[in-house]
Amino acid sequence: MRPFKFSSTKDPNSAIKMLMDNTNAKFLAGGTNILDLMKEDVERPDELIDITSLHFTQIKTISEGTNKGGISIGGLSKNTDTANDPVIRRDFPLLTQAILAGASAQIRNMATNGGNLNQRTRCSYFYDTAMPCNKREPGTGCGAREGINRMHAIFGWTNNCVAVHPSDMCVALVALDAVVIVIGTDGKSRAIPFADYHRLPGDTPHKDNNLVPGELITSVEIPKNNFAGNSYYLKVRDRASYAFALVSVAAALEINGNQIKQVRIAMGGVAHKPWRAIEAEKFLLGKSASNENFKQAAEAEMQHAKPLEHNKFKVELGKRAIIRALTQAMNGGTNS
Amino acid sequence: MEIENKKPSLTEEEKTLFEKLMPEDMNEISALGVQRRHFLKLITLTGGALFVFQMLDRHQIFAQSSVDPALNIVKAGSIENSVNVAFRVNGARKALEVDSRMTLLDALRERLELTGSKKGCDHGQCGACTVIVDGRRILSCLTLAATCEGKSVTTIEGLAKRGALHPVQAAFIKHDGFQCGYCTPGQICSAVALMTEAKNGEASYVTANVRAKATSLQLSDDEIRERMSGNICRCGAYPNIIAAIKEVHSGKDVVQTWQFTGENNQPTFTTGG
Repeated sequence: MRPFKFSSTKDPNSAIKMLMDNTNAKFLAGGTNILDLMKEDVERPDELIDITSLHFTQIKTISEGTNKGGISIGGLSKNTDTANDPVIRRDFPLLTQAILAGASAQIRNMATNGGNLNQRTRCSYFYDTAMPCNKREPGTGCGAREGINRMHAIFGWTNNCVAVHPSDMCVALVALDAVVIVIGTDGKSRAIPFADYHRLPGDTPHKDNNLVPGELITSVEIPKNNFAGNSYYLKVRDRASYAFALVSVAAALEINGNQIKQVRIAMGGVAHKPWRAIEAEKFLLGKSASNENFKQAAEAEMQHAKPLEHNKFKVELGKRAIIRALTQAMNGGTNS
Repeated sequence: MEIENKKPSLTEEEKTLFEKLMPEDMNEISALGVQRRHFLKLITLTGGALFVFQMLDRHQIFAQSSVDPALNIVKAGSIENSVNVAFRVNGARKALEVDSRMTLLDALRERLELTGSKKGCDHGQCGACTVIVDGRRILSCLTLAATCEGKSVTTIEGLAKRGALHPVQAAFIKHDGFQCGYCTPGQICSAVALMTEAKNGEASYVTANVRAKATSLQLSDDEIRERMSGNICRCGAYPNIIAAIKEVHSGKDVVQTWQFTGENNQPTFTTGG
């Protein structure tokens, strides 16, 4: 690992100032991703600003504003504390399931919510400094486009980048219409709808998200919903646990009688950002909750997939995962 | 090939060196110059001396990083980007001056002489470095020592109390929960924290219903597998590890069972019970 200066502060504004004063500085929260990337020589900051003493660790019900009755989770709350918060388990179980599908108990105890949003792709070409990668070094090309791309995107990719976003938590958050709250250099807050937070690669794959320099995530807000009894997070991977998703699906239904009043479907492991399955949602809205409709919804979404050489299996897998997640959600969202 | 004899044209320094290293040959060297056998002897002697110096040097490095009993401060001389940090390890307060890059794992192993925690992958993929910080299991390889100020760290060395093994340690021995033993300190620290998590009713990805309130969970084998998935065992001692954890967790003796599976996962042969 290259030498770096270690700084820390308890004040958010001075943290942002420290970041702005040094273009090679990075924030350090849980460290589970950035330290790994620094050991790999992918990230090369010459200063780490430890922000874990900042006070953005609360998990609380929102008492006013547009998201009143929803929940606010601190940018620096640990993944474990978020997943096990009693209100989140009761009212937003999709988020609990998604967080618990990711990483291991040890990593979830370290990782923060803000860090989860800002983690980098696990594309092996991004990690291998001997390989070209437009995300790591803009202009060098994409090793995965014509390389081994079994784990890569089937939606929204460009020839510049076919990497996927690795988070499970973010798949649930985009499904639940979450809002990312950040503060900037002027000390003021800005709200970013979750679907607009992460980016598709386009011709700037080195930009993972739409934060502007100096912005810091303070919280993520999830509006109130009626999905708690009918939501499910399904993750399909190469081994039963502790592996990144080949495909994952967050499904949430609000069913009245047998009619689907509201529906949210999002996918992980398929795109450069958590992928909201808009086509499937459109198809299901107002229809009855049935296996046949779930099948057609899955077809509606996956017909737009553009698989690469080694990940054609993800199209059929994606369909089946959508159907199964919706079925589990319809049946109460439990594992039994 | 004959080596041409040289006239003794040694400098004063060379003379001193030869006198020190090969006093019995000095007269000969002075009269006949340096010959091949002198040269070989010299090489052997200096090689040996270098080795000794290296050993001394190494010894000094160890001495340098050892704990000062009066102050309980571990010093390591001049360090670039140094950070002073104090935390408790297995109940004892430790103050260190570390390179900002030093992980908690390296601080424990290289500076505090606690080599129980193991460096497996050093990238957060294997769990061999698992320790318990402020009651929570974490990966010490992805934790900077500099971020541990004021924290309380428990390593495998801190689990046994007054000479009695921690129940999880005893159960790992009883159930042969290891083969090579390299992942074991991490497995045990992980399992110890798992007990607390289950007691607190924390959920996992395979928990039947995360919405149901729960305390003092009774974990199934599947739950234990999922909750221990961050600890990889390359020897494949998993059935024994699960048996050990289950026994401590349930408080009841566990007998391992095993079976062959045939088509459609139908058991074709079962034994144990």
